[in-house]
Amino acid sequence: MTIKGKAYIAGVFEHPTRKADTQSLAQLHAESARGALQDAGLSRADVDGYFCAGDAPGLGGLSMADYMGLTLRHIDTTETGGSSYVIHVAHAAEAIAAGKCNVALITLAGRPRAEGMATGTAPRSYGAAAPDVAFEYPFGPTVVNQYAMAAMRHMHQYGTTSAQLAWIKVAASQHAQHNPQALLREVVTVEEVLDSPIIADPLHRLDCCVITDGGGAIVVTKPEIARSLGRPPVTILGAGEAVKHQMGGRIDLTYTGARWSGPAAFAEAGVKPADVKYVSIYDSFTITVLITLEDLGFAPKGQGGKLVSDGNLIAGVGKLPFNTDGGGLCNNHPANRGGLTKVVEAVRQLRGEAHPKVQVKNCDIALAHGTGGSLATRHGSATLILKRE
Amino acid sequence: MAARERSIPAPPVNPETQAFWDAATQGTLLVKRCTACGEPHWYPRALCPFCGSDRTEWTPASGRGTIYSYSVFRRAPIPYAIAYVTLAEGPTMMTNIVDCDLDAIRIGQAVQVRFKPTEDGGPPVPMFSPA
Repeated sequence: MTIKGKAYIAGVFEHPTRKADTQSLAQLHAESARGALQDAGLSRADVDGYFCAGDAPGLGGLSMADYMGLTLRHIDTTETGGSSYVIHVAHAAEAIAAGKCNVALITLAGRPRAEGMATGTAPRSYGAAAPDVAFEYPFGPTVVNQYAMAAMRHMHQYGTTSAQLAWIKVAASQHAQHNPQALLREVVTVEEVLDSPIIADPLHRLDCCVITDGGGAIVVTKPEIARSLGRPPVTILGAGEAVKHQMGGRIDLTYTGARWSGPAAFAEAGVKPADVKYVSIYDSFTITVLITLEDLGFAPKGQGGKLVSDGNLIAGVGKLPFNTDGGGLCNNHPANRGGLTKVVEAVRQLRGEAHPKVQVKNCDIALAHGTGGSLATRHGSATLILKRE
Repeated sequence: MAARERSIPAPPVNPETQAFWDAATQGTLLVKRCTACGEPHWYPRALCPFCGSDRTEWTPASGRGTIYSYSVFRRAPIPYAIAYVTLAEGPTMMTNIVDCDLDAIRIGQAVQVRFKPTEDGGPPVPMFSPA
């Protein structure tokens, strides 16, 4: 069974806050849900499927269904870190195609800033029962130094440079200047990225995404309902998901699960990378974008540095406009999980509702990709290909 | 400049990995190898991640390896080098590179295991220094 054309994204919402001092976590989820339903022209009573991940409070989907007063006949709490919400869109399409629900709601929210989390720089432990913890936690693995090791290896193996990585941040900042809600709106240069302090070799501070509170939501529905709503219809052409791990100690940091999720999504969609007019690529760090673009087939392995350089990712300038909201690098990375906002900006582009300065002309096919977990050693990869009808 | 000493959290020990930590206390690095498919793996498991067999056994490793990748975490209160080291026996493991000039660490460098004590009297953990 294919999901191609079986479901539509009818509503999206990006919570405007970037620091939620006065809102609770459940409240942020519910405010995001309300925003996406309003965008779709649907109501809470229409929702019969609900999707959330590990950021949801309490008993997750159960607590949020209780808080929002949802009446559900389908629930899915697939947890793959920041890629969860991209996978949720695909799973919602599958559920709709199978008749398990008609209107699927996906929510994300978090308040790492209000809670003062040391998001990327404190060693991560997932508890004493995690099978890997004894063999990793003593060595001080953080988000940033693990992604940094992938960058270091890519540089060693393929000659990728810090200046090439910096171009990814430069492109994001060029876009963010037009987004009034972006946390960082200042345009930066390659030199400014390279002059920012090293956090973990070879990643500079400006190679790292922002830390923000907030959230977002997506409404997925069946074709008959989507077409009745009067919003520009955005259909799901294809999806792919994959898990990349340490392969029993045969570690390779130079590629991600996008090597598998990308081709699966393109095959289901029946399109090629060259057909894609806009890409939303998870950008926890600049290196995440570079490796992902290679794995998705936008550049041969090892040549991502050339692809991202010289403004090639900037809308109106380059051939592959990406993250036109400013992405996680400049705009927003709510709950330290950037997958949902990737889908939101892709939908804006397909509807023609991106900021005029960054709107891609004739944007009929877009790709959104999420990466969640530790790059190349334990992460989820999720690719979605969307089309404006 | 040699690294100042970072306080190392003790590894949680469970029945599946008790033998590894007992050997570590004796200064021996063990690797799990599957007697069904012959493959060594890391981190150690009771069930082989390559073939699923439960016929895995502990085997002493040489303690020699090469640096696959690394990163000096400059932002930490006491900077340290996290790394993946590929053991002579094959598997690649997360570790720290210690007792050396952090600025001189290179991918491909030959390293040798040395065990470092952990907090609260926990078992020592395998780290590496230039060979």
